[in-house]
Amino acid sequence: MISIRNLTFSRGERKIFDNISLDIMPHKITAIMGPSGAGKTTLLKLIGGQLSPDSGVIMVDGKNIHQLSRPQLYTLRKKMGMLFQSGALLSDMSVFDNIAFPIREHTQLPESLIRTVVLLKLNAVGLRGARDLMPSELSGGMARRVAMARAIALDPEMIMYDEPFTGQDPISLGVLVSLIATLNKTLHLTSIIVSHDVQETASIADYIYVLSHGKIAGQGTPKELADSDSEWVQQFMHGKADGPVPFHYPSDSLTADLFTY
Amino acid sequence: MNFLQVLGHTTLKSLAKLGRASLFFYSIMTVLPYVFMRPKLLIKQIFSVGVLSFWLIIISGLFVGMVIGLQGVYTLSTYGAEASLGIMVAASLVRELGPVVSALLFAGRAGSALTAEIGLMKTTEQLSGMEMMAIDPIKYIIAPRFLAGFISLPLLALLFSSLGILGGHITGVELLHVDAGSYWTQMQSAIDFYDDIVNGIIKSIIFAWIISWIALFEGYDALPTSAGISRATTRTVVNSAFAILFFDLLLTAIMFGST
Repeated sequence: MISIRNLTFSRGERKIFDNISLDIMPHKITAIMGPSGAGKTTLLKLIGGQLSPDSGVIMVDGKNIHQLSRPQLYTLRKKMGMLFQSGALLSDMSVFDNIAFPIREHTQLPESLIRTVVLLKLNAVGLRGARDLMPSELSGGMARRVAMARAIALDPEMIMYDEPFTGQDPISLGVLVSLIATLNKTLHLTSIIVSHDVQETASIADYIYVLSHGKIAGQGTPKELADSDSEWVQQFMHGKADGPVPFHYPSDSLTADLFTY
Repeated sequence: MNFLQVLGHTTLKSLAKLGRASLFFYSIMTVLPYVFMRPKLLIKQIFSVGVLSFWLIIISGLFVGMVIGLQGVYTLSTYGAEASLGIMVAASLVRELGPVVSALLFAGRAGSALTAEIGLMKTTEQLSGMEMMAIDPIKYIIAPRFLAGFISLPLLALLFSSLGILGGHITGVELLHVDAGSYWTQMQSAIDFYDDIVNGIIKSIIFAWIISWIALFEGYDALPTSAGISRATTRTVVNSAFAILFFDLLLTAIMFGST
C-alpha cells in the first residue's frame, strides 16, 4: 500500500530522516514508534503529501505522492483518513456536522442518506448519542472517537493515527485500542499508528518500526522487537530509565560541577 | 559584518514573507468565485466580521461627528463662518475620517479576531485536518472571510460617515445653535457625489482589501503556539494601521492632489 524508499528530510540543520526505507503492508496495522522528536508525525505528513522530502520517494497506492498535481493529490487523500493528535474537529460545528462535513463536500448524497451514514459511523465509535454536542463539550477521548468516525466517513482504504493514546485515561485508552483493532479488521483498512505508547501499540500492531536519530533502529513483529538484541530497542520497548539513551543529559561529572565553582 | 548579516537576514526574511503573502493572495483570488456558489458561508462571515462591528462603528461615528461639530463651531465662529459647519463635518468625514477611522477600528475589532481565529485553527490542526479530508481550507475558510471583509468595511465606513454627520448636527445645530438650513444646504451643495463620496468608498474598498489580506495571512502564517498567535494578532493591528495610513496618504494625493 505504501512504500518509502531512501527518504531524507531535514528541518533547518537538523536531519529528521536520513535515507530510510520502509513498507506499510495492506490490511495490516503498522506502528511507527520512537521517542518524542523522532519525526513520527512528520512521517505521517510526508505520507499525506503535506510535506515534501528533500530526497527519496513515497509511493502511496502505486503513486508517487509528491509528483501528483493538487487535484490528483486531493483525489488520493479521499482514500486516506487521518486522526490528528488533537482530534482537529471543526470547533464551530456539532459532532454530527463534523462527520457529515467531508461527505457533504465530496458527494451528492441526499441529506437523509447523509444522516444515516453519519449515525452509522457514530454508532461504530459508540457516540451516536453525542451527535448534537459541540467539540468543546467532549472529553479528550470522545473527541478522538468523533475524529475517528470522521476519518472513516468517506470509507477510506487507509487510516493514519497520530499519537491516538496520548493523554487518555485507562478506560478511554482501552476503548481506542479496541476501536482501532476492530475498525481495521471489519473495514479491511490499512492502518498506520504513530505512537510512543509501547504496550498499547504493541498489543494491536502487526508490524513495528522503531525510529531513532533519523534511522530505523529496529523493526519486526511486536514479539520480535521484544526479543531484539539491540540494547536501544530493549530500552525503548521496556521503558528502562537508563541505557544507550542515558538518564543524564551530557554534562561534566557532578564532582567537577560542584567543586570547580 | 554583524550588522550586514542582520540586515541581509532581515531583508531575506521580509522578502520571503512578502512572497508567501503574495502566493496566499493569489490562491484566494483563484477560489473566490466558489464563495458566490456557497452564499451561506459568506453570509455567516459577513455577520461575524461586519454585523458584529456594527455598534462599535455606530458609536464611534456618532462621537467623532459630535467632536468635529464642537471643534468646527469654535474654529469657524472666529471667522463668522459657522454656517459652513455642514461642509466641514461632511467633507472631513466622507473624504478622510469615515474611511480611515472605520478602517482602523475594523482592523482592531474584526482583523484581530480573524487572525486569532485562523491562527487557532492552525494550532489545533483544523486546517491540516481539512487538507487531509481533501478540502481546500483556502476555499472553505479563508476566501469567505476575505470577501466578507471586502463587503463589510465600505458599508461600515458609509455608516460611520452618516452617523458622524448626524453627530455634527447634534452638537453644532442642536447644542450650539448653528442654523439647521445652512448646515444641510451648504453640505448638499459643496459635497460632490463622485469627488467626495465615491472617492471615500474607493478608499474604504482598498483598506478592506489590505486589512482582510493582512489579517488572514498573519493567522495562516502564524507560529502554531499561543505566543505565535499573540504576536500575529499584534502584527495584524500594527501593520494594518501603518498600511491604512500610508495608502490613505497615497490615495489622497492621487484623488485630491491635482485640485
